[in-house]
Amino acid sequence: MSHDPLSTDAEVASPAFIDKDNVEGDYAASSIRAAMINCPRQELYDYWSDITNLPSFMENVIAVEVLGPGRSHWTVAGPGGMEIELVSQITEDIPGERIAWTSSEGSDVDHEGWIEFKDNAFGRGTEVRLFISYDPPAGTIGKVVAKVLQREPRVQARRELRRFKQLMEAGEVSTSKAPDAAPRASRHL
Amino acid sequence: MRALTWHGKHNVKVDTVPDPKIVNPRDAIIKVTATAICGSDLHLYDSYIPGMSNGDILGHEFMGVVEEVGKENTSLKVGDRVVVPFVIACGKCFFCEHQLPSGCDNSNPAEKADASEIAYGYPMTGAFGYSHLTGGYAGGQAEYARVPYSDYGPIVIPEGVSDERVLFLSDIFPTGWQAAENAQIKPGDTVAIWGCGPVGLFAIKSAILQGAGRVIAIDHHPRRLELAKANGAEVLNYHEVKVREALTEMTAGIGPDSCIDAVGLESHGFSPDNIVDAIKTSVRLGTDRAHVLRETIMAVRKGGTVSVPGVYGGFADKFPVGAFMEKGLTLKTGQTNVQNYLPDLLQLILEGKIDTTDLISHRLPLEQAAEGYKNFKENQNEWTKVVLLPH
Repeated sequence: MSHDPLSTDAEVASPAFIDKDNVEGDYAASSIRAAMINCPRQELYDYWSDITNLPSFMENVIAVEVLGPGRSHWTVAGPGGMEIELVSQITEDIPGERIAWTSSEGSDVDHEGWIEFKDNAFGRGTEVRLFISYDPPAGTIGKVVAKVLQREPRVQARRELRRFKQLMEAGEVSTSKAPDAAPRASRHL
Repeated sequence: MRALTWHGKHNVKVDTVPDPKIVNPRDAIIKVTATAICGSDLHLYDSYIPGMSNGDILGHEFMGVVEEVGKENTSLKVGDRVVVPFVIACGKCFFCEHQLPSGCDNSNPAEKADASEIAYGYPMTGAFGYSHLTGGYAGGQAEYARVPYSDYGPIVIPEGVSDERVLFLSDIFPTGWQAAENAQIKPGDTVAIWGCGPVGLFAIKSAILQGAGRVIAIDHHPRRLELAKANGAEVLNYHEVKVREALTEMTAGIGPDSCIDAVGLESHGFSPDNIVDAIKTSVRLGTDRAHVLRETIMAVRKGGTVSVPGVYGGFADKFPVGAFMEKGLTLKTGQTNVQNYLPDLLQLILEGKIDTTDLISHRLPLEQAAEGYKNFKENQNEWTKVVLLPH
């Protein structure tokens, strides 16, 4: 397929390469991740824009409660069995294209993020990009854990997008969790 | 239930483990009626494949009767007799839609996919009972197995066909068939095949069905060479002849049109490169003994094709990149796209065009699976293929 780099399609086909090590986030730990999802853009946007859907594939999310227009309360599993309470406010919502959010009053952790949906110009589905940035919860956990968590948003963005893709394409989130999904022998046998 | 579990190098045993359950809407639970030990299971047994965990259930060649189905599974019903592909694939992603189910983007659980993304550039597809690199799924050497995406992979078997005739649709028949397809055989071609284990034997059968004029098979176990010969191959025992000299002489200086490496990362033999590889792997400096891969590249004719169904896991040095480039070769590899082949290969079996049972040497109850592994490993001449019967 020939492609004219000067056509307007070029911008859609070749979004600027994003250097993941130089993601600009307001907070200490930031990451961005892209996934091609073989579903219509609007369908993906619609699913994500109803935030009560998100715990179905976000493993760390224990509960989501809508507080008001664009404002929500999240209970998230943190390190060491602790529970973290987040309050989030949507700051931008372009139907079918982009949702951005940031932390709001009452949040344990300062954070921001966005998700973008773009049609792939070559018919391969929808290009989805997820950005997450936050201040690692330190305090009692201490600096060592915080340092480990520097890389955590990268893992989180990667895994959440993979699970979102599985759910939207295949209709379910792949799992091999013991014992039900994948039985195994006790290590002590 | 009872299941064959892995506890470390050369340490497998049949344990009592929890029963699997339906957890996702496209799942099925299969009551396993027959399962086999694969040559690639020996790579796990020998601890060559990373990402194994103490207690994992092994086994990726299995079939059985559908015991229970998830609520979104409309293509299987309780009581269906099915063969299950070893590759777990969703049927919906870019790769599945492009007839590459062995590249399925969705079947490896998100938290398991990181390791192979780091090791190979992109995450590997899920597979049954083959380490946590390929998803950490429980295998089929058990009384029951949970089959994810069971509305896409498993093929229903008509009545009146024995388990043994169709069991190898799960892996080694399609793997041998794809190996022959990847060898790009044209009518009358000469195909050389390294390894007369189960995959090598199915590659021989498939190459002949796909039009090869001549198949030359290489091994050192007399019983395995006999089987190859009975399937129409000329045979070379590498303990008795120098393989490359023999191939050059037999093809009057042209060389085989295609070479198939049905051995993979644990190749045996006494060539200098292999001895160095064996020393290196024993001290964990490298991971793969790649003697056969090197030999196929040296032996194939100019402009020929090398097909690799044999499993490799890590790195190998002394890759003959000069020969590979200067001779204008094609190298085709990959885990098998099992799902693509099942209807056509089942038809070949039903029409009696292929004998799928001649390689079976032993049939054991599941309880004796550990004995099966030990003998399949240590007495490869007599133990050519082990079928386990869980019920």
